[in-house]
Amino acid sequence: MSARTDLRESARDLLAADAAKIAAVMLGIYVTYLLVGLILGYSANGMINTLQRLTFLVAIYAMVVLALNLHWGYTGLFNIGVAGFMAVGLYTMAMLAKPVEPTGGAQYPGLGLPVPIAILGGVLAAALVGFVVALPALRLRADYFAIVTIAFAEIVRLLYTASPFQEFTIFGYTMGTGGGRGILFNFQDPVVTIYRLPIFEGPVTFVNQYVEFGPADAQGVIYVGLLVVVLAGYYLLLKRTGESPFGRVLKAIREDEEATNALGKNTNAFKIKSFMLGCALMGLVGILWQFRRAGITPDAFRPHVTFYIWIALIIGGAGSNTGSILGAGIFTAGLFEGPQYLRRIIQSQISVGQPPGTFADAVGPMFALNFQPITSYLFNNMLTLQFVFMGVVLVWLMQNRPDGLLGYRTETAAAVPLGKRSDEVSETVHRADEPSETVSGTDGTSETASREDEVSDQ
Amino acid sequence: MGGPVIAAIGESYSRGRSVVAERPLTVVVGIAGLLLLFDLGSGMATGRYSVSRIGRFVWDGLMYGLIIGLAGIGLSLTYGILQFANFAHGDYITSGAFMGWGVTYVIAGLSSANVGHLLLVAPQGNISGGLLEIGVTSTPLAVLVGLVVAGLATILLVLLLDRIVYRPMRDAGGIPLLIASIGVAFALRYVVVLVYSTRTRGTTLRPPGTAINLVDGPLLIDAHDVTLLVATVALMIGVHLLLQRTKLGKAMRAMSDNRDLALVTGIPTERVIRWTWIIGGGLSGMAGYLMVLWTGTIDYQFGWLLLLLIFAAVILGGIGSVYGSIFGGLVIGIAMRLSLVWLPTGDFDLVAAFGIMILALLVKPQGLFAGRTTA
Repeated sequence: MSARTDLRESARDLLAADAAKIAAVMLGIYVTYLLVGLILGYSANGMINTLQRLTFLVAIYAMVVLALNLHWGYTGLFNIGVAGFMAVGLYTMAMLAKPVEPTGGAQYPGLGLPVPIAILGGVLAAALVGFVVALPALRLRADYFAIVTIAFAEIVRLLYTASPFQEFTIFGYTMGTGGGRGILFNFQDPVVTIYRLPIFEGPVTFVNQYVEFGPADAQGVIYVGLLVVVLAGYYLLLKRTGESPFGRVLKAIREDEEATNALGKNTNAFKIKSFMLGCALMGLVGILWQFRRAGITPDAFRPHVTFYIWIALIIGGAGSNTGSILGAGIFTAGLFEGPQYLRRIIQSQISVGQPPGTFADAVGPMFALNFQPITSYLFNNMLTLQFVFMGVVLVWLMQNRPDGLLGYRTETAAAVPLGKRSDEVSETVHRADEPSETVSGTDGTSETASREDEVSDQ
Repeated sequence: MGGPVIAAIGESYSRGRSVVAERPLTVVVGIAGLLLLFDLGSGMATGRYSVSRIGRFVWDGLMYGLIIGLAGIGLSLTYGILQFANFAHGDYITSGAFMGWGVTYVIAGLSSANVGHLLLVAPQGNISGGLLEIGVTSTPLAVLVGLVVAGLATILLVLLLDRIVYRPMRDAGGIPLLIASIGVAFALRYVVVLVYSTRTRGTTLRPPGTAINLVDGPLLIDAHDVTLLVATVALMIGVHLLLQRTKLGKAMRAMSDNRDLALVTGIPTERVIRWTWIIGGGLSGMAGYLMVLWTGTIDYQFGWLLLLLIFAAVILGGIGSVYGSIFGGLVIGIAMRLSLVWLPTGDFDLVAAFGIMILALLVKPQGLFAGRTTA
């Protein structure tokens, strides 16, 4: 009996672990960034802006990684065209929401729809495009599927860049993508509308007593708050999806598509639905990502965006929703933003000297044992080094931690959460009054449990 | 007498009907292709399309296709033998081209600038390939040595990367290797940026061309076109002989068919893999060098941008098939340029090429040269 209580306790710990891990990591990140702000001597305002930007990026990456996790982690669809679906969502939204009568130079008309409807339109467009891609590509092997999706993403980017679509008329409506120069979002920003709501008046004046906080900053904070709420929505939606009978079929497809098919599931339909759902979510992230900018160019959707998202997914571990969020946090704070802050800190503390212009000028003095030029050259090219580092991290992860921090583990098709499986078993067993204590906690019983659960769910 | 004939007609009719019913996409793609070809032919005959313009497209497409095909051999070999899509292949091409062109610059311009600067393909300042008058006719030795160095240096690089990255993951399966190769691609591209900078530079002084008269205008062909043609065809023949006449080729074919069986039969798989990288890496470096010679410009991401076209060629030809990759390269190259007959200029030629690849995957996922892997 006491053994079981221990098990239950450790299981509870495990259950708490994912949330606790995320909380601990995020806390660590915030404390680190606050310290960085202190070292760099940021004002309260600058500090808040730093944290706001960080939170914004973490939330955006976490959302898109969650959506990708639905594709790859749950269904086994190897999508490396994420940037394309984000672009479709954002561009559709912009083209729907832009005013019919454009004002200002070099502007293209849109349909002038209200922003919420335009957002819905963008999400639907991304889902539809996902359908178009998925329908023919489903029969393909994972690596072919990958090539098709990246080719698709490039096609999308090239079409948005192409000048014939800069402005076009269809069914009597004129709109445009703006071509390579992109388009301005000259529509009313809903965040401003929210900011002007009477409830915010009190808090804003209150905060302004302590820190200098302009309306733009306040709107930024409100927007990030909104994003965190949307992220929570993403998480709950995908968690529910993953645990539902639908999600179990997806995992079964990931593990063995033919077997699932043989069990009478129409795997193609499941794959298409899962792909469309993920694409719709990616489209929404595309919108939320660039929403508060002044405009957008197709260059924002180069393939390296997809690459970032994949690194975050693999850090966190494919197949785990909590892992996706954790991975996004670590990627953003450590790999994406970290090196730039590191550079600023070093710059504020020591002088690295005038960097040489070329690599040759940097390497040459090394033979005379003068390492100052190479140091300052590398330091000056920290951004480039950062990309190299990201690539190295991805390779290292694939070699040493292919399942990431919270990935796969032992969850296959089980409806019960991974970590506490053995415990769940003993509970189920207990409830069923089966005297199987002897095997509780071993792998054998966890199998029974998952099978039991599946049966009871059907 | 009439019975068998009618039966035969009936059979072929029903077979045709089953093709239409089962593979409607194949039929649609076939019909569309035929219509386009017919339009092209009739347009040229009636003078609707300029013959010299189309000649230019075909010639340019042929050149592109040769580069894509040559670079594709390496990708196809590694895909067939190591069973993964190597996304770093494009950056092997870029790295090889930079290393080779550095040496070309040093040989051609030693008197006009310091070695370090030249070895980095003149990352800043006013030295350029045009100024150094680099070209296959003006500085043949520099170009030849550069080409060889591009091949050799890429082989070393590729072997090093295999040792560090891919060898520890030999049994990891296709997808983890693919993801790792994306990491390699990214890291390698930005190492190139770190060393050579992001600047796009002009590398050659184009030699004067010879005009070949087509019906309504001239087609200019210069020494760089010819060099590209001769070098790629020679390299392709070399690979063909290597794979057909040597024991290594036989072992490679055996390995791409069935790796475990090859291992059991006593084929030294690691050695075969090393030779695969050597051949693939050497060809990709030289393909990159030749492409830069032909286009006259070099920048840090041209290989990456070429990669999807190479994938298109390899998939079209059938993965693992050397001839398939050459054939696929030519089809993709020529189709890409010819698409400009119907599509407006801009980025639509790339869209057309990717579209062809996706269609090829849908219609015949195993490729046109399916079943003849690594031969």
